[in-house]
Amino acid sequence: MPTDPLFRPLSVDAATVQICFDGQLLQVPAGVSLAAALLASGVRHSRTTPVSASARAPFCMMGVCFECLVQVDGAPNCQACLTPVRAGMQVHSQRGARHADPQGDDHER
Amino acid sequence: MHSSQTIVLGAGLVGMAVAYGLARQGHAVTVLDEGDQAFRASRGNFGLLWVQSKGYRMLPYAQWTRRSAALWPEFARMLAVDSGIDVQLRQPGGFQLCLSTDELEQELARLEWLRDAQQGDYPFECLEGAQLRRRLPGVGEAVVGACYSPLDGHVNPLKLLHALHVACQQWGVKVINGCHIDAIGQHSAGFELAAGRQRWRCEQLVLAAGLGNRELGAQLGETVPLGTTRGQILVSERLQPFLHFPTSTVRQTDEGTVQLGDSAESVGLDDTTSVPVMADIARRAVQSFPCLANVRLVRAWGALRVLTPDGAPIYQALSSAPGAWVVSCHSGVTLAAAHALSLARHIAEQSPASVLAPFSLQRFDPQREFNYAH
Repeated sequence: MPTDPLFRPLSVDAATVQICFDGQLLQVPAGVSLAAALLASGVRHSRTTPVSASARAPFCMMGVCFECLVQVDGAPNCQACLTPVRAGMQVHSQRGARHADPQGDDHER
Repeated sequence: MHSSQTIVLGAGLVGMAVAYGLARQGHAVTVLDEGDQAFRASRGNFGLLWVQSKGYRMLPYAQWTRRSAALWPEFARMLAVDSGIDVQLRQPGGFQLCLSTDELEQELARLEWLRDAQQGDYPFECLEGAQLRRRLPGVGEAVVGACYSPLDGHVNPLKLLHALHVACQQWGVKVINGCHIDAIGQHSAGFELAAGRQRWRCEQLVLAAGLGNRELGAQLGETVPLGTTRGQILVSERLQPFLHFPTSTVRQTDEGTVQLGDSAESVGLDDTTSVPVMADIARRAVQSFPCLANVRLVRAWGALRVLTPDGAPIYQALSSAPGAWVVSCHSGVTLAAAHALSLARHIAEQSPASVLAPFSLQRFDPQREFNYAH
């Protein structure tokens, strides 16, 4: 788990919330998008692609590129850039394609 | 003035399959394509390679379709060698899912007619209840039964179109885009085409321009009776493989997306989408496979089918314009193998083959009512 942030927050004394990403607790700025929170926490890869399994991270930050797909509280393929962070959010990398039946997605793989 | 031994009008699946077959026969071929203002059936289709129930009350069409399905493995191998593209041919058989006993009975009546017309040589199964659920896990309770044909399959239709373009290039076919044909003139040595300020001359001419064949046929004095229905298609986000057979309404592609479709509306030349029809398609898909209920849709489009009055193709060497052929059909994917490997040979040899005779233009009585086959 890298800890070297990719981005610096504009303000260091803003309120924060705690989320969990792939089992790691992260303290992130309140009110930002989940994609911004992951990048600010030094997360380098948040999904692998269904076709080639290559690693990807949030890119466009505006809802069009679908590079930032993650699982949020059990829901697969959520666009992290369109999802505001919330205290206690359970986030997992989206590894490849989701299952038609979300029960089939195994977070522990 | 440009010239080419053979000119094919239309660079969709039909035109490119014929061009590919002609080029492999040693012809110098140029394909003129109208451009993106044309209705692009080849970019909007569902990708089924469908035999089941095709040719009901038109046996030669059933046999031609089946022949194409049988040629497909060889065709896909040729394309892979010539283009390096795997078009993802899969022929595991396909299911027509029926949500009412009426639907099932109608489908069975068609299949029984086809089996009788072929002296019993027409494999299919009618599956109901537990038997169906065992064969097709995940199918919903709303599905009362299904017809299964081992002859059906599917491909990735965009990879097919791409492969045809690349393979044609390998065989020296020239494709010119943005060519709207304004006039076709006949000369003793062939044809002269006018497209804007450009002029093209050829000995042999193949009209394969989808709905554009109406206007192009008229320029040669032929009535090409084509109508259209609109099909709308929805596409889901990528899913882990869950559906290992194509069905006529739902299929999972090689890359994981799920296509939902099979609507048919008579709306003229309107190829847009409409919410009520998309909602119907989605509802039927979720009834068919309840696991799709929470799956996101990422794209939708409408496309226009190219339909002859009886649903079967038109393959016509024009006696009024020697050297010109009209090729019009709805099933550009299913028939691509037959077009490249069989039809193109007949066109190259300029031989009126008995296998093509049932698909002549003369079969249409102008008084007969249009009954657009599916």
